[in-house]
Amino acid sequence: MAVKGAIVVDIEKCKGCSVCIANCPTNTIALSNEVNGKGFNFAIMANPDNCTGCTNCATVCPDAVITVYRVKI
Amino acid sequence: MDIKDIIKPENKVYGKTPLLTDAVMHYCPGCTHGVVHKIIAEVIEEMGIQDKTIGISPVGCAVLAYNYIDIDWEQSAHGRAPALATATKRLNPEKYVFTYQGDGDLASIGCGEVMHACNRGENIVIIFINNAIYGMTGGQMAPTTLLGQVTATTPYGRRADLNGYPMKITEIVAQLEGTCYVTRQSAQNPAAVRKAKKAIRKAFENSMMNKGTSFVEIVSTCNSGWKLTPVKANKWMEENMFPFYQLGDIKDR
Repeated sequence: MAVKGAIVVDIEKCKGCSVCIANCPTNTIALSNEVNGKGFNFAIMANPDNCTGCTNCATVCPDAVITVYRVKI
Repeated sequence: MDIKDIIKPENKVYGKTPLLTDAVMHYCPGCTHGVVHKIIAEVIEEMGIQDKTIGISPVGCAVLAYNYIDIDWEQSAHGRAPALATATKRLNPEKYVFTYQGDGDLASIGCGEVMHACNRGENIVIIFINNAIYGMTGGQMAPTTLLGQVTATTPYGRRADLNGYPMKITEIVAQLEGTCYVTRQSAQNPAAVRKAKKAIRKAFENSMMNKGTSFVEIVSTCNSGWKLTPVKANKWMEENMFPFYQLGDIKDR
């Protein structure tokens, strides 16, 4: 069964540490070119089609800024 | 399928636990403290013990832990968290009491307190964050600093003849009769985080069974102190810390 996922990042709380990027198995996440109010490049879904909603990124996120959604299709 | 169709409350599979407050953590980007705070909050939420848990925050980076996890907290003098936890647990045996200490707090100035609390077998949980450095004060050598590791006070690397050897507190504590569960975990990838969470949950459960002290060490990073990016710091930890500080349960009874 195929699954499709999506993440929502709390942009203002993200510190751009990139630990989620290193732990994303599907190469979905990247850092944005823009910066947030604190001057950090925050995490974004650069390849939204790849996301499977595996929750790896949110599990390792030190600031708990990632919310993961998943649907079966 | 459009992303808007996926992002709906009924499809949510993982998010911030309500036990973590909305305060932005003061920790550096990528700090392991954040992950461990999250694990503890999730364990407390899953066990449903929010109103029965008392945390003891240390001196060090985690001194402000009380801002982030929505439970009752006490803030101890430097290294004295196990002493405060002893009193708190003895006066409130129905509460879950845990200390949260770094290696500067627990292994250095608080070495005596932790040894005797563990030796008395107090029914508390001790969470020991070991990043082999004094993070808050600017990356000086700690008792747990590895041989050859460069810090602010050992610019040419730690030398055994000058600075002594790194201390394996967890192994020392495991030899004491009072401890029931002693383990060393890490939190650099999803598998490690899940294992660490299981260990912390077990430690919390032990504290209600009158078995003795549970001691959970989390091998951590200090990317600011180590002068590495968060991702490189995780890698450095895997390559250099894990061979010396070997992961796994050391004692479980």
